[in-house]
Amino acid sequence: MLEIAPFIPFFIAAALGLFLRGWARALLFIAVPILGLINLWQLGAGADAGVEFGHYTVLDFNLLLFKTDKLSLLFGYLFHIAALIAVIYALHVRDTLQQVASMLYAGSALGAVFAGDLLTLFIFWELLALTSVFLVWARRSGRAYMAGLRYFTLHILSGLLLLGGIIIYSQTHGSLEFGQIGLNESAYSWMIFLAFGIKCAFPFFHNWLTDAYPESTPTGTVFLSAFTTKVAIYALARAYPGTELLVYIGATMACFPIFFAVIENDLRRVLAYSLINQLGFMVVGIGIGTSLAINGAVAHAFNDVIFKGLLFMSMGAVLHVTGKINGSELGGLYKKMPKTTVLCIIGAASISAFPLFSGFVSKSMVMSAAIKNGHDWVWLILLFASAGVFHHAGIKIPYFAFFAHDAKLPAREPPVNMLIAMSIAAALCLTVGIYPQALYSLLPHEVAYTPYDVTHVLTQLQLLFFSALAFVWLNLRHLYPPELPSVNLDVEWIYRRLVPDVLRTLFNRLFALDQRLRTAAVGGVARLVEGVTVHHRADGIMARNWLTGSMVAGVVLLLGIYLILGWL
Amino acid sequence: MNSEKTYFFDNPDNIRKVLRVFYATCFVLFALDFVIHRHTEYRWEGLPGFYPVYGFVGCVALVVVAKWMRTFLMRPEDYYDKRELADDDEPDDIASVDVPPTIHLGGGRDHA
Repeated sequence: MLEIAPFIPFFIAAALGLFLRGWARALLFIAVPILGLINLWQLGAGADAGVEFGHYTVLDFNLLLFKTDKLSLLFGYLFHIAALIAVIYALHVRDTLQQVASMLYAGSALGAVFAGDLLTLFIFWELLALTSVFLVWARRSGRAYMAGLRYFTLHILSGLLLLGGIIIYSQTHGSLEFGQIGLNESAYSWMIFLAFGIKCAFPFFHNWLTDAYPESTPTGTVFLSAFTTKVAIYALARAYPGTELLVYIGATMACFPIFFAVIENDLRRVLAYSLINQLGFMVVGIGIGTSLAINGAVAHAFNDVIFKGLLFMSMGAVLHVTGKINGSELGGLYKKMPKTTVLCIIGAASISAFPLFSGFVSKSMVMSAAIKNGHDWVWLILLFASAGVFHHAGIKIPYFAFFAHDAKLPAREPPVNMLIAMSIAAALCLTVGIYPQALYSLLPHEVAYTPYDVTHVLTQLQLLFFSALAFVWLNLRHLYPPELPSVNLDVEWIYRRLVPDVLRTLFNRLFALDQRLRTAAVGGVARLVEGVTVHHRADGIMARNWLTGSMVAGVVLLLGIYLILGWL
Repeated sequence: MNSEKTYFFDNPDNIRKVLRVFYATCFVLFALDFVIHRHTEYRWEGLPGFYPVYGFVGCVALVVVAKWMRTFLMRPEDYYDKRELADDDEPDDIASVDVPPTIHLGGGRDHA
């Protein structure tokens, strides 16, 4: 057991990764999350009260690099597992930039969840943005570059809000310890809330996610989907549990993306929308704030990283093998990629919360908490969102990629490392689904919750099967919206189209005005020159010849004036 | 490469069989509502068939609304790209922006 902050091995591995190649790098990158997980497990098991070390002082503030409790430990385990799966998934990649950035990114996420104070949190908050944007740019396409810029801008904005909030917080509190903040009338609480909210893809700030994640590389998206938003969930769970506003924000997040997911063509963008939908469940849980709800939110975050990672991996495999990801161009791949198909269906069943799959044991906790606390309408919305997520992520993703009409694409199973990574994730989905106590024992609060009773299983199966029936019926009636190559407008339209258009028009007007002013000025000068020239032409007043006599007369006149002035 | 081989879903009979099993499962799940006593916490939850009806109607509504959203949200695939990835601005904009103002100085010099 080493008293070493978990991010440090990741950063060291990233630095070494710059110089290592091939097997050496692969072994190092696999070893770091495994050994880190073992070390963290021993640290966590050793002390129930939590461990802290790495005190340092900046400007009279006592800062703390590493502090654990059950909440941060769970996210710590989760991030190690996610990093391991994603590293294995990316083993075939020969791109130093991408692999180094992904290790730094995973390390930053670990640094953030174990940060004992707000300033340390801020540093890793910014590092998350800085390192992850390279995973978007690693696609090396024009779209990825632009999407990365927008992604980076929003995340820097989030970081600045956080920093501003921290500065005000430090003036009123004198300590920077990261604990419950809660919404009140002070500016800092709202600034930090908004900073977390941007990273958590709150409505109106969600487009960085649907914009950048689908533009990343097949392997980069798997890393991206695991860390950033879950760090935000962790931060909200620590600082704002029981904030009622979060219940309504979460319900909105669970609900609106499913409409976009149904009509979206890029299947990884469908998953990005469904990621927001899953975040909505967690945010609702944090907003309710009871032990059961927080447990549900955190457990769902754990499961979501695994099954959403699995779904992103299966779509990444499709993209890697066929070079295509649009639903309109795919279909019939189950013939050539049967293993990927099965793994994708396990992920789909998990996100849809089928009994025996991981989503079931965590989503139902949030739902139960919602109804126990009198949020009837929110419960109905979440139930609708549950049916909807099955519809778009559970059915649409596997159906349009692997079944539907056969697009007859040349395809094969993806590289074996991809299959291994997906199999690990699938095994975890099933393990947690079948034996939820394994996960429940790690949750922040004591749980007395049994997901598997007749009512839960029956009602969930009814909901899912009749959602599927709706899909079958709509499809047979040809009422289901076909996959169309298209872009669907979302909030991003404001800053990708409206603002540039307004600025463009404004600048065009300004330029036109400027040009008119200049033309007028030039015309004025020309007229002045013309006016002056008139007098210098051959017949002009200035070009006349004058007699010497008139000159003498003039001098005499001047002298006369002098004489008179001398007398006076 | 396996164009000769027929796969499971290539045969319409298989699809029909799968669908028949699926419909039967749906029916059984619906019927179980009348057999099994569920414990309920919400006022409508106890109605027989609440979950099946909610799931079915919810999903149909979801698809109908999403299809309707397409009428005003859908744009061509290159909607953003043609603006963001273009090397230059669109030509019609250039005409009004980038032409340098032509300056005719010294209008009176033409006599010289």
